[in-house]
Amino acid sequence: MSVLDKKSKEALTDPLMKNNPISLQVLGICSALAVTVQLNTAVVMTLAVVSVLSISNTVISILRKMIPGKVRIIVQLSVIASLVILTDQILQAYMYDISKQLSVFVALIITNCIVMGRAEAFAMQNTPGKSFLDGLGNGLGYGGILISVAFFRELLGSGTIYGISVIPDSFYAAGYQNMGLMVLSPGAFIILGLIVWGQRLVSGIEEE
Amino acid sequence: MEHYISILTKAIFIENILLAYFLGMCSFLAISKKVDTSIGLGFAVIFVLTITAPANWLIHNYLLKDGALVWLNPEYGINGAKTINLSFLNSIIFIAVIAAMVQLVEMTLDRFAPKLYISLGIFLPLIAVNCAILGGSMFLVEREYTFVESTVYGFGSGVGFFLAIASMAAIRHRIRYSNVPLQLRGVGITMLLTGLVSMAFMAFSGIDL
Repeated sequence: MSVLDKKSKEALTDPLMKNNPISLQVLGICSALAVTVQLNTAVVMTLAVVSVLSISNTVISILRKMIPGKVRIIVQLSVIASLVILTDQILQAYMYDISKQLSVFVALIITNCIVMGRAEAFAMQNTPGKSFLDGLGNGLGYGGILISVAFFRELLGSGTIYGISVIPDSFYAAGYQNMGLMVLSPGAFIILGLIVWGQRLVSGIEEE
Repeated sequence: MEHYISILTKAIFIENILLAYFLGMCSFLAISKKVDTSIGLGFAVIFVLTITAPANWLIHNYLLKDGALVWLNPEYGINGAKTINLSFLNSIIFIAVIAAMVQLVEMTLDRFAPKLYISLGIFLPLIAVNCAILGGSMFLVEREYTFVESTVYGFGSGVGFFLAIASMAAIRHRIRYSNVPLQLRGVGITMLLTGLVSMAFMAFSGIDL
């Protein structure tokens, strides 16, 4: 990739930290947390969201001058839904086990507010190149949070990282126990709440 | 009958669509600031889920499922010569059905129950993009419910969502008087509180009907 000009670079890097879609814009938490019990499902989900988001942003940006204002939502929705179906079919063909674990949550990317939100807020006004970078950046920002939630949940809940156990046996012998709560849904809420807190402490942004 | 009661309680308490499956979080976080608006949204969700769940069941079983078109021509059946499987279209058709149903419900309410229509206000159209609705339809396909079961499941999920959002709004109303650390205000504290509410709902998970 050639050297990016300042605005494109911002489109890519802003959502990673300064304007993170989950912790700051609070979009798209639906369909995300349920896949964070293990790292590998979170990674696959991240890949799916990144590809859907960057491709849908590019396609909608290419079509932006042809879409009539009144029906734009339905056009965006059909572009997104087709891409999600495509992703779902690819996952079913090449990664059947993980696709079974993700169950309905891949299909639910359709109603993920991030994808619609970026299409509406960015891709409708910007060139395809920039929209692609914006999609990529937002997808990665989203994935970053998803993977960090999954990291803590898997580490504390099952004592493994990516399926490899990292807590030495001597710990268990000394009475250490995995935190069953982390595997259940409250764990996801609590970890995400703490991550949002930490992220806002670093970036110094406050609400209300 | 007992079977349906079991599905209902499971959908409301044990496998609450919001607290156990994280569906509908966006509107949950955005709306739960005020008690009366969250009650409005809760009712709208109950309403739409109870209607879309059986509607999508019919679409799935008579149009999209593997061999579902057998009523047109026996050859299209599951063991027929030209078997047709359109289930990959599930999600896109479901979302279209949900959008159409929301529109229909809106028009019917406007005509026959204008008071309810006004009190639900903006929440009805917004529900079309609520993941809880699409999620409900996807789950009833995955779990292979029957027609009545999916209606009961849709209603139960709606009630579950209503309970979660109404209790959350009440808690957030109280938290306004507490001294929460600056950066934790807003999303952060709401997530932590949701975790606690979710834990409370988990207490039901031991109940087996």
